[in-house]
Amino acid sequence: MFEKALSGSDKYWSWVIFLLVIIGLGFLAYLYQYFEGLRVTGMSRDISWALYISQLTFLVGVAASAVMLVLPYYLHNYKAFGRITILGEFLAVSAVTMCLLFVLVDLGKPTRLLNLFLHPTPNSILFWDAVVLQGYLFLNIIIGWVVLEAERKALPPPAWVKPLIYLSIPWAVSIHTVTAFLYAGLPGRHMWLTAVMAPRFLASAFAAGPALLIILALILRKVSNFDAGKEAIQKLAQIVTYALIINLFLFGMEFFTAFYSNIPGHMHSLVYLFAGLEGKGNLVPWMWTSAVLCFAAAILLVIPATRRNEGILFFAALMTFFGLWIDKGLGLVIGGFIPNPLEHVTEYAPTGPEIMVTFGVYALGFLILTLLYKVAISVKAESESGKILASH
Amino acid sequence: MYDSGKIIVGLIIGLGLLTFPFWYNLGKAAPPAPEPKLSEKAKTAGQCIEPKARMKTRHMQILDEWRDNMVRKGQVLYVAWDGKRYDMSLQNTCMDCHDSKKDFCDQCHNYTAVSPFCWDCHVAPEEK
Amino acid sequence: MGWDRRKFLKIAGISALGLGAKPALDLLFGQMIEVQAQEEKPPLVKAQTWAMVVDLRKLTEEDCRRVVEACHREHNVPDIRHVDGSVNHKEEVKWIWAEGFEHAFPGQAFEYVSHELEEKPLLVLCNHCSNPPCVRVCPTKATFKREDGIVMMDMHRCIGCRFCMAGCPYGSRSFNWGDPRPYIAKINPSYPTRTKGVVEKCTFCFDRLSKGQHPACVEACESGALVFGDLANPNSEVRKLLSERYALRRKPELGTGPNVYYLL
Repeated sequence: MFEKALSGSDKYWSWVIFLLVIIGLGFLAYLYQYFEGLRVTGMSRDISWALYISQLTFLVGVAASAVMLVLPYYLHNYKAFGRITILGEFLAVSAVTMCLLFVLVDLGKPTRLLNLFLHPTPNSILFWDAVVLQGYLFLNIIIGWVVLEAERKALPPPAWVKPLIYLSIPWAVSIHTVTAFLYAGLPGRHMWLTAVMAPRFLASAFAAGPALLIILALILRKVSNFDAGKEAIQKLAQIVTYALIINLFLFGMEFFTAFYSNIPGHMHSLVYLFAGLEGKGNLVPWMWTSAVLCFAAAILLVIPATRRNEGILFFAALMTFFGLWIDKGLGLVIGGFIPNPLEHVTEYAPTGPEIMVTFGVYALGFLILTLLYKVAISVKAESESGKILASH
Repeated sequence: MYDSGKIIVGLIIGLGLLTFPFWYNLGKAAPPAPEPKLSEKAKTAGQCIEPKARMKTRHMQILDEWRDNMVRKGQVLYVAWDGKRYDMSLQNTCMDCHDSKKDFCDQCHNYTAVSPFCWDCHVAPEEK
Repeated sequence: MGWDRRKFLKIAGISALGLGAKPALDLLFGQMIEVQAQEEKPPLVKAQTWAMVVDLRKLTEEDCRRVVEACHREHNVPDIRHVDGSVNHKEEVKWIWAEGFEHAFPGQAFEYVSHELEEKPLLVLCNHCSNPPCVRVCPTKATFKREDGIVMMDMHRCIGCRFCMAGCPYGSRSFNWGDPRPYIAKINPSYPTRTKGVVEKCTFCFDRLSKGQHPACVEACESGALVFGDLANPNSEVRKLLSERYALRRKPELGTGPNVYYLL
């Protein structure tokens, strides 16, 4: 089936080559980082995790969102999602691959990566994160590929793939919960030490992921003959709406707990993010932009008239995605480190090489997504046209 | 076979690349065997923590054992084959005696194209 | 049954797997190494819970300067500076350093604290906690708790993930963002350096302890403000001091059980 990714229009190949160029540049930037050390990034003794780990955190959510297609279709027989579960599964493959790559580029000694498995440490959440991410990657590769292949042959999928599909549902929840546990169990970081961290992660995942799926489905409709269907897209929009509102609600809860209790440790990070602390606040404009984007998107999504208008929906989905990307991809991880345990404020800004490596990883993820989606829609085009011919 | 021209050319190039190390050095003399030089201190000591033959084949494993025993188990002393006691330390025991990395360690490592990264951290004695 | 391409590939694949299995397993699980004669000699000074007491009444600014220098010199801790000579706070590595009271004890500072205490620099370092969060989160056990209470670093195993740095509530850990060697003024030839990519911190001078010596900082502190000993030994000097005067620990409410005590 993979040969379907090797044939396409000129536009397709220009896109692929563009991605390859970015990947190449990102790889060169990574080589520079590998030989010079992580000092070429903007990270510091106080902000020891930043852009790379924050992207991992965000993308884990996007990956988990595949469950939002799989659950309704396989558990509740929601037929409208039948054609697009493959899009969710392949998005999960692409997103989890990016997650694992972001871990790799963040390591101080990547050549010692195998130590994670040679010396397994069950009390360490990072160990479990590595395990569940790998597991989810393989689950989705196998499920997506096997189901697609069955469709191509106009056969029902083999029986053994059904338990794997059912397994992927709680597993999706687990990858996200485990990633949230990375943060939520650390006694020294008050912004993260909240029971609401895992629920918030899940809510923003189920908003950002399906939002991305909407965007991808609408793009696919434009660049190819694949149409996800109005009903599926509308259902996704409803899911994004609820998830976004729940996420905003939970975020509001954080504010209430921090400011009503007036405990300095709980307040400081939020104050830094939204107003600045000790005169330093380079994330303030970002956080307010995120707030505006999320609220505006929520309004557009709640109102049925704007939600049903697919042009406006596209923008609402973009706003949701970017608003949540700022919230989780910048605010959460960096904000958690400020102020540092000794109440000093050190700021962070990514460097050029760091950004280039990030783009490189994203480009690789998009390339995987492009190739897999090309296979999926080519197979579906074939099988569906076959069905139409057969029914005549 | 389809595309037989391309396949045969590809095979020849591939096999050529695979066997490059073998035919490239044909006809050249083998490089001289490595000659690690013992320092004065080592000559005086007369023997290492293990017999020479054992050290030749097993020094890397011994260092790994020392590393794990010293760092992870908190042990300090190693009892050698002759009953002498040594601190388990590359820097302070091994290289105290074999005090020139260039004349001793590098001789064989360079010959076998091995570059252990011990000395990225462990400080080699100053070369005289 | 006729041979076709598919059957050939299947059998070739399985054979390759079979042939490759032994070398792969050997590589992964190593050969059984004969264990040579080794003596399990306990360190000369043995303890159950190493702890340090910092007497803030005796501690002077000169002490702080001397102590930091002694520790960092002994252990080849790099002094990372910008080109203009100012301290590079982004990449700096420090095992022990001086902080003001409100930074060392953020929960305890208040508006009317005595002027003397407010101005005094006091030493902060790894607390070698009894319940260390850094050990809990390390995915490779590169940082682990020894039987004598020291929270130890295994530089050989650290993969540089920096989870321990996120987990430490005291900011005691430093990462080698680049190669530290250019920043070490005079390398101590009897202690290793580190390379880029690993985390490091105070080790309570475990190597000196095994030789019966006090930690470098304790020795360098001329006023005697730093006292080191075994909490489990009721006759140790640290226990005596703690029984006589009230001691503060940093962030005790977090349940980490820090073992560095500050006598006010």
